[in-house]
Amino acid sequence: MARDDDGDEDFVTFGTALEPLEDDEPLRKPIPLHEQTVKDEKGRYQRFHGAFTGGFSAGYFNTVGSKEGWTPSTFVSSRQQKADKHHARPEDFMDEEDFGEHGIAPRQITTSLEFSSSRRDEAAERAKAVGAQAALIPGDTLLEELISPAKSSIGVELLRRMGWREGQGVGPRVKRKPRRQQQAEGGTKAYGCMLPPAGSEDSEDEYEEFAPDNVTFAPKDVTPVDFSPRLGVQGLGYRGLDPGLALLGRGADEHIDLFRPQSESRSRLFGDARSSVRRGGVAGQAFGVGALEDDDEDVYHRDSMSRYDTVLGGEEPGDGLFGWTAPQQYTKKKDKSKDASYLGKILEGFTLAQNPPEEKVIFPPPALPSNYRPVHRFRPQVDVSRLSGVSPALAQALKTSRGHMIKEDPQQEGRHQLDSGQRRTMLGEDALKGPSSVMDLLRPEDRQRLLNLRNSTNPTTCTPVSTDKSQVAKQDLLVGVAPPPSGLQQQQKVLAAWRGSNASTQTFKPFEKTPSKQARYDLYLDRLRQGDTDALEQSLDQTMTEWERSREREEFVRASVLYRPSSSSLSSRFTSAKHKEDEDSVEVNRDEEGDVDDKQNAVKMKMFGKLTRETFEWHPDKLLCKRFNVPDPHPGSGVVGLPKVKRDKFSVFNFLSVMESREMAAPPKPPESGKKSRWDVSQQETKGTSEDPQSAAQTQPETKSDHSSDPGLPASSSRGTSAASRTQEKLADLQSSEKKTAGDEEEQQEEDEEQEEEESRPSMDLFKAIFASSSDEKSSSSSEESNDEEDRKDKEEGKTDLQPANLFTITTSSVTTSSVTTSSVTTSSVTASSVTTSSVTTSSVTTSSVTTSSAITSNSHTGAASYQKSAQEELEFGPKLPPPSTPADRGGAAQICSQSREEFSRKKEKKHKSRKQNKHKKDKKKKKCKKHKHKQEKKSKKDESDSSEDMDKDDDDDDQVSTAELLKRLKNIQSHRTR
Amino acid sequence: MAFPQPKPQAPQLPQHLLRTIDCQQGAVRAVRFNADGNYVLSCGSDKSLKLWSVSQGTFLKTYSGHGYEVLDADGSYDNSQICSCSSDKSVILWDVATGQVTRKLRGHAGKVNCVQFNEEATVILSGSIDGTVRCWDTRSRRFEPIQVLDEARDSISSLKVAQHELLTGSVDGRVRRYDLRMGQLHVDFVNSPITCVCFSQDGQCTLSSSLDSTVRLLDKSTGEMLGEFTGHKMKGYKLDCCLSSKDTHVLSCSEDGFVYCWDLVEVCSPLCFKVLNTRLINTFVMVSSRNEYASAGGRCRRLIFMFSLYEKLKE
Repeated sequence: MARDDDGDEDFVTFGTALEPLEDDEPLRKPIPLHEQTVKDEKGRYQRFHGAFTGGFSAGYFNTVGSKEGWTPSTFVSSRQQKADKHHARPEDFMDEEDFGEHGIAPRQITTSLEFSSSRRDEAAERAKAVGAQAALIPGDTLLEELISPAKSSIGVELLRRMGWREGQGVGPRVKRKPRRQQQAEGGTKAYGCMLPPAGSEDSEDEYEEFAPDNVTFAPKDVTPVDFSPRLGVQGLGYRGLDPGLALLGRGADEHIDLFRPQSESRSRLFGDARSSVRRGGVAGQAFGVGALEDDDEDVYHRDSMSRYDTVLGGEEPGDGLFGWTAPQQYTKKKDKSKDASYLGKILEGFTLAQNPPEEKVIFPPPALPSNYRPVHRFRPQVDVSRLSGVSPALAQALKTSRGHMIKEDPQQEGRHQLDSGQRRTMLGEDALKGPSSVMDLLRPEDRQRLLNLRNSTNPTTCTPVSTDKSQVAKQDLLVGVAPPPSGLQQQQKVLAAWRGSNASTQTFKPFEKTPSKQARYDLYLDRLRQGDTDALEQSLDQTMTEWERSREREEFVRASVLYRPSSSSLSSRFTSAKHKEDEDSVEVNRDEEGDVDDKQNAVKMKMFGKLTRETFEWHPDKLLCKRFNVPDPHPGSGVVGLPKVKRDKFSVFNFLSVMESREMAAPPKPPESGKKSRWDVSQQETKGTSEDPQSAAQTQPETKSDHSSDPGLPASSSRGTSAASRTQEKLADLQSSEKKTAGDEEEQQEEDEEQEEEESRPSMDLFKAIFASSSDEKSSSSSEESNDEEDRKDKEEGKTDLQPANLFTITTSSVTTSSVTTSSVTTSSVTASSVTTSSVTTSSVTTSSVTTSSAITSNSHTGAASYQKSAQEELEFGPKLPPPSTPADRGGAAQICSQSREEFSRKKEKKHKSRKQNKHKKDKKKKKCKKHKHKQEKKSKKDESDSSEDMDKDDDDDDQVSTAELLKRLKNIQSHRTR
Repeated sequence: MAFPQPKPQAPQLPQHLLRTIDCQQGAVRAVRFNADGNYVLSCGSDKSLKLWSVSQGTFLKTYSGHGYEVLDADGSYDNSQICSCSSDKSVILWDVATGQVTRKLRGHAGKVNCVQFNEEATVILSGSIDGTVRCWDTRSRRFEPIQVLDEARDSISSLKVAQHELLTGSVDGRVRRYDLRMGQLHVDFVNSPITCVCFSQDGQCTLSSSLDSTVRLLDKSTGEMLGEFTGHKMKGYKLDCCLSSKDTHVLSCSEDGFVYCWDLVEVCSPLCFKVLNTRLINTFVMVSSRNEYASAGGRCRRLIFMFSLYEKLKE
């Protein structure tokens, strides 16, 4: 619109001006129908499809009804999108227009459904309507409606459950409405300005006349009375123009006229069926009757005094509207049982009370004495009964001084004086499992300390310590033998813990490996459970030595402390697991795959075959075999797939792929090695019994060579041998002390150490672990020697006359000792002695001169003593040493032994000689020997045979004893022995 | 291995192109002959499996039901059933005549690379990218596999079944042979991801192609290498290889679009022939009885080419 004024420039113009009409312009043609198009804001055509098919926009891009129809979006497989839950919302299918202000889903802040006033609550509405009258702007309750809470209160909910429905009143159901006076009167009375609204009951009353007698009715609902003060300046009864009524023109909401209860609006409001036929127009108090209105019934408000009550309380307000004035039926005393009958439905889980609840009688508080002072004074408490050494008279006096007598007999004490245990016994209940007090959980020492502490603070009380002490004394008496005091305390503790515990619950067996010991332990536990104070002594085996018994005693006590029955401490709180999971083991494929690096190298070198091929045991499923028409290759095996092995979860071997061959190579050597250690006797024994000497003889040279070649040989063997030799040396020295040298004295000290070791011998593995690092040097030295030996062999063969190697003494001795079943230590020493002393006999001269302290040379250092002498020695040594062999065996074996012994010693001699000679060449030799080692490693078997051949060669050279002969001799020995 | 008598003749290249079929199913992932070589199955990347007649070159049937591209298929000995595997992790057993899904076997954790019937079509063996071979029973209604062979540490790329033996090639560079009769598992280490394995026709050797552009002929019993065939290019794709019907030639696909053909004995000289103008032959198979082979692949990747080697090699 442009404002036409004088100064056009001064004004702002809005919009676009119409083009000035020209008179001579021909009339425009009306736009044809097909050109009358509508476009949306984006310029797209909007076709009108009819109100019921979508209005202006229908379908995808307005395509409904067009030739293309409704085109769906291109199909996309939702397989991938299934994971991310894509919920289609209705908005996804809406057009943009729908989001507009007038669309279906306007994108503006609106009240949500929960807060909308759509819920029909008639009573509330009515109340609202009433309230609206008092509002500043009459009928303006919009804001309230907006924010009315969605949820009904729990009271309403409960009522609803009981059968109440909206619109009904609360109260007993009534049979029939009493005739009311107002009926006769034809109206209600108004009391002043705050009249209770009186509903018209005409219709209902009329209806009720036909109602049968057995039908009851819910009471009428009560309209809450609005107590809000009147704030307006209008006069009483004024009502303004209701915009809803006036503008909409419908006769829906007429004003409620408090003073005209019979008015249309009121009757409608209260559910009156009668409705006026008012239509249209603005109506209100201030308006007259419109021209269009047909009826002109009470346009003007008339107030008549007849509507007001003139007498107060003269009549009953029994109008059914139990409003602010209490209805008569409640004010009257009524039968209570009848009162309850109004409940339409009793809530689930509730029943009507048969007897009315007794009324609470509230007594008045006692009257306080006049001299009462609200202050409490504590008196020092003296436990008279526990005081000892006090005269009865004094006790009596003390008792009386407390104000009341302490009852002597605990049985007659009040229940508050009883402790839980006493009450329990009185009630005949079983004792609770578990410790009765915290004190039981404490260790005896701690308990003692606590008691001491208490005593120090409270010196007068008689301490239970004394009783404890007396107990201890008694225990001492009972036990008789004096275990260490701490042990005794432990025993007591154990006794306390185990007494009365169930025997069946015990599952832990600490000494499972030795059944007899476990049996003794079980016996001990049984006794403990019975409360036997000297359980320990009785359960121990009397035949055992004192030392053993004391050890076992200690063990038992410790075990029983550690594995106390859980019932004593916390069992009542816990249950033990039914199935014990072995958590520290994992399933590992039994057959590990070999080293990948090796295989890669093999592939690189194109050496397919053995290096790259691996074969595993594989178990096909039974059914699979059946389907393939193949018999089960592993019938009866439960496994499927590759066999698995349970391994320790945290075992290093799960991560290390140790070559099997390497593993096997090291351990069996020590027992086979030519110089035997004491540690390996048990293995030797088994070997001696299992193997025939022939095979032993065959292995002997091999192991010898192995010993020299293998750098990984455990040092314990060499160390052990040296130790053994030393002990023997000692024997020899006892016999011939003149041979002692300074070096020997050193060794003497070591010897002692060795003997100490002997007593508490740790396991073999420990030795391995300890000496693994040092093994290399020693073994290398030994190998060095042997290599030296080999090097020199060709040189010296001519010079030295060698006797057959002393190979068989070892085996024979081992065999013989194996037949004797005494302690392993002694037999080992015997075997060692037989070897070493024999070597010593002939090489006494050389040994004394050599002073090196290497392990091997110490072997040869052993004092000189004849074999016979040593044998005597052995006999003299005591019961520890069994005879090396029976005389019958001797006959055959001795000869050979001596022979071979000689040879052995010769060899040693030769070695030493060569050593002396070639000491200056040592460096050179070392290199050489290294080479040798390498070679030997490469062709181990060959070398073994070679070395044995070497030996044999020696034999041939010196004694002309062939291998065949040796074998024959061996057989002879064997036959002798078996006989 | 019993080698056929080497004949002193110039190496022959198959040149007689029997037929070219446009199978219109996207990239062809695999072509497989049926048991007697009269029909061809083509596995398409459009989720369909199609059956063709070799003699007429006509389309016979489409088997659709897979949710993703079909990777491998196999026909049963009696032509009554087809099994196929797909990227949708499932193995489907089809009824040939009706084209209905007889059974859909789910259980693999990843796409299934290869599938094979056993001799009597009582078991379906499927190898998957999840590193397992699953043995499905076709006789029972069980939906769990009979056995899961989970020895491989990487994806199973290829799988073949002989009478009582199961040969698997895995990306972990190992050829595994499960001997059901002996109850043994033989593992041959090749040190390169295996793309395809197969038995020789006489059952004495295994042929395995790996991603180091090598085809190796290994002795089955000892694992020794009998022949090594190189010259082709196989670096990243899963391409097939096979032996000819009389074990006279070794054939392998190559990434340069040729099919390489080696004489089994004269390893030194690879022969290659190009299949039309395709850039990549990704699959082909050999029919044992008739010396025909089918190949598929190429740039358009929609064609099956069928060649006959029969005339050339019959002398």
